[in-house]
Parts: sequence; C-alpha cells; structure tokens
Amino acid sequence: MLSILLTLFLAQAGGAAPAGDAANGKKIFTRYGCYQCHGYDAHGGAGARLAPNPIAFARFQSYVRRPTGEMPPYTEKVVTDKELADIYAFLKSIPAPPPVKNIPLLNR
Amino acid sequence: MSKTRKNPDRRGFLKGAAAGAAALAAAPAAVKAQNQQAPRGTAPIPSANAVAAETSTPPPHVEALTADRPGADFMVDVLKSLGFEYIAANPGSSFRGLHESIVNYGGNQAPELLTCCHEEQSVAMADGYAKIEGKPMAVMAHSTVGLQHAAMAIYNAYAARMPVFIILGNTIDATARRPGVEWLHSAQDAASMVRDYSKWDDLPVSLQHFAESAVRAYRVALTPPMGPVLLVADSDLQEGPVEKDAKLRIPKLTLSSPPAGDAAAVREVARMLVAAENPVLLADRCVRTADGLKLLVELAELVQAPVVGGKFPSRHPLSQAGGRALIANADLIAGLEVPDLWGAVNSMRDQLHRTVSRVAKADAKIVAISAGDLDLRANYQYFERYPEVDVAVAADAEATLPYLIEECRKLITADRKRAFEDRGKKLAAAHAQAMERARAEAAFGWDSTPISTARLAAEIWDQIKDKDWSLVNGNAPRLWNVDKHYQINGGGGAAGVGYGAPASVGAALANRKYGRLSVSIQNDGDLMYAPGALWTAAHHRIPLLSVMHNNRAYHQEVMHIQRMANRHQRGITNAGIGTTLADPFIDYAALARSMGVHGEGPVTDPRDLRAAIRRALEVVEKGEPALVDVVTQPR
Repeated sequence: MLSILLTLFLAQAGGAAPAGDAANGKKIFTRYGCYQCHGYDAHGGAGARLAPNPIAFARFQSYVRRPTGEMPPYTEKVVTDKELADIYAFLKSIPAPPPVKNIPLLNR
Repeated sequence: MSKTRKNPDRRGFLKGAAAGAAALAAAPAAVKAQNQQAPRGTAPIPSANAVAAETSTPPPHVEALTADRPGADFMVDVLKSLGFEYIAANPGSSFRGLHESIVNYGGNQAPELLTCCHEEQSVAMADGYAKIEGKPMAVMAHSTVGLQHAAMAIYNAYAARMPVFIILGNTIDATARRPGVEWLHSAQDAASMVRDYSKWDDLPVSLQHFAESAVRAYRVALTPPMGPVLLVADSDLQEGPVEKDAKLRIPKLTLSSPPAGDAAAVREVARMLVAAENPVLLADRCVRTADGLKLLVELAELVQAPVVGGKFPSRHPLSQAGGRALIANADLIAGLEVPDLWGAVNSMRDQLHRTVSRVAKADAKIVAISAGDLDLRANYQYFERYPEVDVAVAADAEATLPYLIEECRKLITADRKRAFEDRGKKLAAAHAQAMERARAEAAFGWDSTPISTARLAAEIWDQIKDKDWSLVNGNAPRLWNVDKHYQINGGGGAAGVGYGAPASVGAALANRKYGRLSVSIQNDGDLMYAPGALWTAAHHRIPLLSVMHNNRAYHQEVMHIQRMANRHQRGITNAGIGTTLADPFIDYAALARSMGVHGEGPVTDPRDLRAAIRRALEVVEKGEPALVDVVTQPR
C-alpha cells in the first residue's frame, strides 16, 4: 500500500511517468495534430522541440492542460490522461539525432 | 477628352443592329421622341432620317477605317522614355490599343510584353521585380474585372512599399462603349477600388495629360515610401489617331531624393545610440540597396549594436537571430522602417482572452525612423498598432543612415569606444553560440520522412553556396550565408497568399540579366493561387529553381482550426477539413511539366533530395525554370 502511494506521489510530482503505449502514442501524436506544430518526430517546428529527452511528465501534462504560452489547451475531454501517457511514451522512445559533426551538410 | 470616338467606325457597329434605342439616343429626332409619352412597353419609332444617319455606310471619303498613328503609339513613347524593361499583362480589350502598339510600334522591346495568366500574377511579378531591381515594372490591367483580380497583389505591394506602375484600360465615354461586355468592363472611377492601398492614380483625358501624369506617377512610385501607382488609359485615347497639329511632349523625369531625417532629430538619435549600454537595431525594411546594406553594417559596427531582422549579413557577429531576449534587455530600441514596432516590443497571447505583455523594459527608450507616416491611409489597417516612441523621425531610414553615422562619429569618445568593443565581443560570442545551436537544432529530424525543413534548407544551400544566388521568395534559412542585399526578397507585404510564385518569377526575371541563380522555397498552398506563373516562366525562359515546401496543407489555417477546436473542447480530429490539400495529393512536378517547366518529385525520402536538386539546377543553369516537389514536415 505504501509503495502504491509513493508511486502515485512520485508520478504527480514529476518523478515518474505512468506507463504508456509508445506505438499508440505515435498514432495519437499524428491523429490529434500534435505534429502540426511539433513535427512528426517531435523535433520542433512552429512549436517547441519535444524529443528526445522530453521534460518531466508532470510538467508535460501540466503544460498540455494549461499552457502558459501560445499552445492551445488540450483538456481531458480532448486527450485523456491515458492518451497523454501514451504520447509521452512515444516522445521518450524517440532516439537522439546523429551528432552534428557526423552530418557534413551542417558543417559547410 | 473628346466626347465621341475619333475613329468613326462606330457607325459600323450600329449598322445591322435593331433600329431601336441605340440609334434613338444619338439622333436629335430621337431625343424629341423620348420626350413624348410613348405607350408603356413600346419603344418609340425613330424617324427614317435618324435610322439612315446611324446605319447607312458613309461615303468612302468620310469613313476612316485606319489610323497611321494612334494615341497608344505616343503612350509607348512615354513608356520607353521612362525606361521600362517589361510590361506584364493578361490580355484585355480595354487596353487592346496599347497592347498592339507595344508589340508592333514599340517592337516589343523596352518594354517587352510578358504574358501572364492572371492580373494578380502580373502585379506580383512586378512586385518581385522591384525588390531586386529597385524600380517598377509596368503592368497593364483590364478595367473592372482585371483590376479586381489584381487587387490583392496591389495591396501586397502597397504594404511592402514596392513601386509598381499599373496602366488600367477603361472606356470612359458611355456612348462609345459596345453593348454588352464593354459596359460590364467599364467604370466611372476605375481606380477607386484600389485607392485605399495605392499611392497615386490619375485619369488622363488627353495624350499630353497622359504623358505628364505618367512621368509624375513614376516619380511618386519611386519616392519613399514607395508604392503602386495607377494610370487609367482611356480606350478612346489609345485607339484614336493623334491629331495632326498635336504638339505632344514628354516631360523630363527627375526623381525625388528620398526624405532624410531632420538634423536635430538625427543628432538626438545619435546621442541616444552612443550613450546606450544595450542598444538594438531593428532593421526590418531599412535596406533597399547595396549601399544601404553597407551603411547599416557601418552603423552597427561603429556602435557595436546588434542587428535584428531585415537585410544584414547573416554571419556577421552583430547579426542576432530572434532578438526577443535582446529587446527585453535593451535600454534603446531603434526601429528602422519597422512596420510593426508595437509588435516588436510587446507580445499578445492568442488565447480565449487575449493578453498583452510588454517585452521591452518599461524604461527602455524607443526610436522610430520610418517613412511610413508620410503616406498613411485610414481604411486598411496595414499600419499596425500605434507604438509609443521617444523619438519619431518621419524619413526614409536608408537615406538617413549617412547622417546618423556622421553624428555618431562626432559623439564617440575613447571611453565609449572601449565600451563598444567589450559589447562587440560579447555579441560575437552570442552569435557564434546561436549558430552552433542552429546547427544542433537542424540535426533533429535530419532523416525524417516527411523531410524536415532544416534538411531541405541544408540540401539546397550545399548546391548553391558557391554561386551568385538570390532567394527570391521568403527569408533565408538561418544557416545560409547572406551577405548581399538581393539575397533576401521576403514575402508579400500584406501576407496575401498567392504572392510567392509570381513574385519569384518577376524577381528571377530581374536577376536574369545579372546571371544570378534565383531560388524560391515555394509553399504548396501559395502556388495553387497562381500556378500560371510557372507557364510564364517557361514561356519567357526565366531561369528559376523552385523547391516546394509541400506540407500538403494551408498549414497555418490547420493550426487556427486546431486552436478553435481545443478552445471549444470538441476534439481536433476534424481540423483538417477545409484546410488540407489531400485526397488527392497534388502532383506539383506534373503540374510544372504540363506548363513546360522541368519537374522533379514528389521527393519523400531525404536521401533522394540531393540528386533531384542537382538535376533541376542543371536545367536552371541552362536558362530554364525547374521545380522540385518536396514533401515536407509542416514547418
């Protein structure tokens, strides 16, 4: 019982993200139009880059629900907590890009 | 202006027509008849004399069927005297006289007629041309419907302060109009529709009047703040013969020197600039010419001030991308031809309740040097929100730069010079860091499909960087090395979509004689407004490399609908309805090929991009246009 409470506390505090389905998260990321601002691979565009190494889940969730910038709010009616966890799992699954020094076109 | 056509073959049109109202209106007998009470629903019967007078063929010695020197020939003389290289037009009967004189009397040279598929295209081409060449291209537009088509492009040119010289056909004499379409294509005050967003217009009623107004219009268009001008060319004036005893003369053109800032105001700006610890120069539309770019660099280096926006060498240590942080930290913000200075020092959140926050410090001083206030209209709100400033100089910024530099030099002490050098070192370090960040950001999504815009930009850059290139549409990507004034042409002044493709063709035409490589990063939605520009490029052998940023949507509108759906908590899966260009996808390479333009793509794999661009470049370097369709990430 204590460990369950601790897990919930850590999740709420941003210490841990709930388990999510990355494959479903990728589908939702496209279907719900996240890619329109953040790119299909969440590398950024009109909106911020989200991956790799996304911000802590609690901050991510808080910002999605009540953004302080230009992003429109995504309430629970639009994206459920479970779907948000799936999106987060997708973001965490995105690998780091190749190092700049390994991309000749970016060194000319 | 004469009240009847000088060419009397109008009689021919009447012959064979019903002997009704048209004939009655012209004859005194018919006037009398109109004053009589005719039975309701019946037309008064003309007298036999009236019918004969209007419909019979005049004796051969009376009816003139030809004119050796139509008024339009003199109009061509005027256009030639003004040095127009080109005149863009979609053909229209209201300027048929001038059209014919250009291609025959004028030899279709200087100006050469450019065949356009839409008047919006004609004007946007002239806008793009002016951005490169610094002088207007002429445009002919058909009365009413033609001008209506041209209107958005005129608004773009006006908001961008670009000179465009428009000749508008019209048939002013109501009694000389052919029945039917010519009435629909005539107007009492033809230019009024665009008077809110053009700089000057006139309706010449004689050829001498045309000459004087044409020369005036040219000067007005080129005096900062520049802008589009219109001359209505009456069809009667075009088609009728020049009278034998006419003493026509084309006045001398003397361009006005651009308005420079008042000496005292410039001295005050210099004092503030030299005293400031953290100044920022917002360069937006400051630079118009090569000299202007040199002057801006000289000023920035003199006081070691960062430059944000506008035309400035992108790899110069004082070039600072973004600029929000600099503005937030600045004690002096100098706006040089900034159309939206309020927006530069404030921000507004687009949420349900729009909130404003000031970006600049409350006590930051703000200076505006702009010619914008010298030509301000009331209706269209292109002038943006009123900015509170400490010094406002109503003058052309580029023309003011030499005086500002001179005043700054007088004020710089050894202490200030040392402070400037320290500031310059910090800014150089910040510039280097920003370039590194930009490189690192470009790596994200490098191998993505659809192709990232950073990858697209890098692939283009790698193949043009050693050439004399000119980006004729939009702003240069961050990692490109911009160091010439003609390398950034920007977008439409009023953000009217449909500008990019035709403006690119016009700019590429201006670049052609300098042997420059013109490149356009072409949005898909924009191209679909005026795709006929591609045909014009092929027809006139205008070398232009168009690389599509094809995100298969009116992407900004997708985001707007998403925003509304989120705000209303209705789910966002329908945001693509009415905003995307899918089902079917548009094959832009095939579209290009259908108009005689080399087409590549659609390219969806980033590994295929290099070869596609290379093949297209080979075509462009032979003097032809080419298009590469690249399916991209949204932004």
